Amino acid sequence: MSRRRDAVVRRGLRHIGRAVREQPRMFTLAFLASSLYGGMTVASAYVIGEVTDRVLLPAFDEGATTTAALTLASVAILGVALLKIVGILGRRLFAGIMSYRLQAEYRRRVTGQYLRLPLSWHQRHPTGQLLSNANSDVESAWFFVAPLPFACGALVMIAITSVALVLTDPLLALVGLVVFPLVFGANIVYSQVMSPRMQRAQQLRAEVSEIAHESFDAALVVKTLGREDTETERFTERAEELRDGLIAVGRVRGMFDPLMEALPNLGTLAVLLIGAGRVADGAVDAGDLVSIAYLFTLLALPIRAIGWVLADLPRALAGFDRVTPVLEATGETPYGPDAAVAAAGGAGIGVRDVGFTFDGVSRPTLHQVTFDVPAGRTVAVVGPTGSGKSTLAGLLVRLVDPADGSVLLDGVDLRRLREGETSAQAAFVAQSAFLFDDTVRGNVTLGAPFSDDEVQAALRVAAADEFVGALPEGLDTRVGERGASLSGGQRQRLALARAVVRRPRLLVLDDATSAVDPAVEARILDALRGSETPTTVVVVAYRQATIALADEVVWLADGRAVARGTHDELLAQVSGYAALVRAYSEAEVAA
Amino acid sequence: MTGSAQHTAPAQRTEGALATLRRGLRMMPEFRRGLPVTFALALVATAGRVVVPIAVQQVIDRGLTPGGADLELVTWLIAGCALVVVLTAVAVYRMNVRLFRTTETALANLRARAFRHVHDLSVLHQQGERRGSLVSRVTSDVDQLSVFMQWGGVLGLVSVGQLFVATVVMFVYSWQLTLLVLVCFVPLVFAVRWFAQRLVRVYGVVRERVGDVLAAVAESVVGAPTVRAYGVRGRTAARLDAAIDRHYRAQVEAQKVTAAVFVSGEFVAALANAAVVVVGVLLGLAGDITAGTLVAFLFLVTLFVAPVQTASEVLNEAQNAVAGFRRVLDVVDTEPDVRDPAVATPGRVRALPEGPLGVRFEAVTFRYAPGARAALDGVDLTIAPRTRVAIVGETGSGKTTFAKLVTRLMDPVEGTVLLGSDAGGWVPLADVAFASLRARVVMVPQDGFLFDATVAENVRYGRPGMTDADVVAAFDDLGLGDWLAGLPEGAATAVGQRGESLSAGERQLVAVARAYVADPDLLVLDEATSAVDPATEQRLTRALDRLTDGRTTLTIAHRLSTAERADEVLVVDAGHVVQRGTHAELVDAEGPYARLHASWRRSSAGEPEPVIG
Repeated sequence: MSRRRDAVVRRGLRHIGRAVREQPRMFTLAFLASSLYGGMTVASAYVIGEVTDRVLLPAFDEGATTTAALTLASVAILGVALLKIVGILGRRLFAGIMSYRLQAEYRRRVTGQYLRLPLSWHQRHPTGQLLSNANSDVESAWFFVAPLPFACGALVMIAITSVALVLTDPLLALVGLVVFPLVFGANIVYSQVMSPRMQRAQQLRAEVSEIAHESFDAALVVKTLGREDTETERFTERAEELRDGLIAVGRVRGMFDPLMEALPNLGTLAVLLIGAGRVADGAVDAGDLVSIAYLFTLLALPIRAIGWVLADLPRALAGFDRVTPVLEATGETPYGPDAAVAAAGGAGIGVRDVGFTFDGVSRPTLHQVTFDVPAGRTVAVVGPTGSGKSTLAGLLVRLVDPADGSVLLDGVDLRRLREGETSAQAAFVAQSAFLFDDTVRGNVTLGAPFSDDEVQAALRVAAADEFVGALPEGLDTRVGERGASLSGGQRQRLALARAVVRRPRLLVLDDATSAVDPAVEARILDALRGSETPTTVVVVAYRQATIALADEVVWLADGRAVARGTHDELLAQVSGYAALVRAYSEAEVAA
Repeated sequence: MTGSAQHTAPAQRTEGALATLRRGLRMMPEFRRGLPVTFALALVATAGRVVVPIAVQQVIDRGLTPGGADLELVTWLIAGCALVVVLTAVAVYRMNVRLFRTTETALANLRARAFRHVHDLSVLHQQGERRGSLVSRVTSDVDQLSVFMQWGGVLGLVSVGQLFVATVVMFVYSWQLTLLVLVCFVPLVFAVRWFAQRLVRVYGVVRERVGDVLAAVAESVVGAPTVRAYGVRGRTAARLDAAIDRHYRAQVEAQKVTAAVFVSGEFVAALANAAVVVVGVLLGLAGDITAGTLVAFLFLVTLFVAPVQTASEVLNEAQNAVAGFRRVLDVVDTEPDVRDPAVATPGRVRALPEGPLGVRFEAVTFRYAPGARAALDGVDLTIAPRTRVAIVGETGSGKTTFAKLVTRLMDPVEGTVLLGSDAGGWVPLADVAFASLRARVVMVPQDGFLFDATVAENVRYGRPGMTDADVVAAFDDLGLGDWLAGLPEGAATAVGQRGESLSAGERQLVAVARAYVADPDLLVLDEATSAVDPATEQRLTRALDRLTDGRTTLTIAHRLSTAERADEVLVVDAGHVVQRGTHAELVDAEGPYARLHASWRRSSAGEPEPVIG
């Protein structure tokens, strides 16, 4: 237990060190400003003491004072205050910048990882968790930084105060020697008791957020099945756990805060008690006593800043611990040194003994799949629901890497190609189209330098020109988050236009045209294959019209490429194939 | 959907912070309960704070009298003060615990209420909002409130109390000096007001930027496959970095204002101190106050300044919290545009007749936004109970709108949708309690969302309490037993988040099974099997036909195989039902159905349509 507590303190200090190392300049500036503030706070107490001794008491004793004395007193008070203000401004500004920079920097790193890590990593991590890693976890990891320079400044103040105490009167210094360690001790105990509670609250907070995410994503299903009550129950249960967790946190914090306030106050009283005796003995004068008592009052706030930092450290560590696995995650898609063959026209595809198994699933999704697609040819991949077609489609454009075997583009293993080469050669359209919160144009070009004419031509091919033309701002219309302002069919067409505009050497359509008219589908393929150097097309499809556009068909069943040949050959030879593609005609016969 | 504008919450932008707080407190009775005791404790807590300056004054004036200190008096005095300090700490502790308990309880309930309300909003409204921002209504916005009510709330309470007590004690010591201090602080009151407005503005910008960052992060996570397929990592990263950077700059901007607010208090405090020294000495010379009083007064000024500074701090936090509060309340206060009559108008609730349900549309018009083209335009029709109806038409013809009106996911702009039968009577959909409606009418949408659980648990969502064996039996009924058996763990196979471990077609199979076990009298399938392979789809729909015999089924499908088997076909075009009849009647008649069918026949028979142009 105590070892774990020590670990929290040690890790907390290391975390502080990390913050300082990442932002040394801002920290130094904020720390200097804080020290100025601290010094001036001590100075202001000293000034009050001096004013008491040299202006107030003489004036009261003698019943007279001079304008010069009063002016000096006010100038001293105001001058010290001005310097103190400079200190505060600097401290707040630089500490704020430091904390915000750390937040921004870690947000960039975390999201950089999201973009770098392979899809297989994404599939293992719930969306809600990834969102909170980048948002609230990063925020809590660096929240303590804002009061950090203040706290360090407070340390300086305590040091100065201790020296001043010793110089004034060693006996009074004893009070400081008792109070300050007590404050530190209380802080350390606090951060240790708090740590597990904070961690639990943070965890529950993430879980509440995950439930809300999933439930709101499922809103349509919840509504159509009338499950609002059970969903609310599910959410409330976790929200109440969070409530209890937060109350447990509050109980500790609620005790700590008044303790931190009472300690300096008791210190002040002790100073008065001992000081009164010392004044009586003539060891100290009244002004000194006033200074020291005033100093203790002023110290109350900065000492609490130390408390703020320490109190926030457990939360910071909890947040940072959730962020670290993302930052340290490896499994980055490795890229090779090769450039793709710089040929015009279609690319040749080779699938060699490819096997693929999803994490945590014993049965392979694909098993020893082998086939070729010669350059410029169109191949349809056909198979029953769940036979592994989408997985295969993803392998062809290297969304994932095969566990066994290899996928070749113009004879080169995709894994040997440089970063960006595969996507420069191939375009992929998924079953459900993903659109960015961008304009229509941006969603088609994705930032590549295509002219408006090219974009329009691609929209025409994908039969999207008409609805885009009717949008209020045409190509410049923003489509909203994930294309929310468009219908499913419209999103699909923009996704197709995105592929078409690139004139890719390989086009992979994963059941991407099911919501599109067969005529449009034929037009898309014709546009890409019509040239002298036709695009290679791999299309996952069910409908015969699509299959008929293909030169050859690969029949996939249970993760194996069972047969391959022309549509007619497979109809004749493979009973499962015939049953599947002829299902509708059979139905008519049966009806 | 473009219809969100008309469904958003009533504009509350002009509402002041106090009005928001009042509105919120009305909604949180748990919070108000026990508040007087908490206030009383706060008063005790603040009273304790003035003890130290009083002790200083007493010690200087009475303990350190010239010619020898009265050490006994000092000791008693200090012991008394120490006792008060300890009692104060205990009071603050009690106050904190009370405050934490009541706020967390109240906020947990607010969270749950807002969550429930999001589900009660109509589909249109839900789709009109960013998903992430709906989530933050029940997460970060409430967290912000909790921070404010506890940290800010405690400090605020104590500060106000402290300000009050300090002022009273100051008056007791010297009314002249007190007035002087108050005069020094008058400009600050105006400055704080001005700053408050600026704070609202800069924090508004920060809040907006946070939303942008959230959206950009979500894009990089949800759009991961697209980002990889198109090699646009650099571009996506640049967009993300830009959003993060704008957020950072807004934060720094806000920090500048906050620092300025804080410093202005400090400056005024110094002015007050200097003024007190000068005037205090002059008053002392006039014989109005003693040296101890003056010194104590200097201490009291610190006690007076601190809450003013704290208040400016809390003010800042309060702006954020009030803005978040307002957003939560706006969600909770938004009238759902499709309301459960059991809640809204209990007197009008009517029961649906027993048995199979027919559908009747009376002059039904729907448009997604005022002034937009009508998605359905004055539709009149009756579908008899026990019929299997296929609804066909081009994309955008109004088929899905039809399905959403039948299931009351939306209400028509004009006209009435009714359910029932000639024998049992027709009941307007708007008068049917949701509990009964959702039990009797079930829709399977194209994207049948699956929860991160097993296949069995997802199916059980349609009918809680089913055993795993029941689930297996349901799949067998639907002709999907082989498919289920082929999964790695059968019905116990985990489907992953959003069901992503399954293929799109497999997800649809589970969604259909989920609706089937719910055992509705009216089943609406909206492209529910569009990603399923034809052979499986045929097997599934034949099984459904058999199983739903005697019930009413509305099927929307691109694949016209459904229409071929249906009792009746409705052809929708540009918001009108343009043809109606059996497949056999329509296929031979002149009209859109014959064209649609010919095109579909060609595509499923393997001949691409001739390309025109």
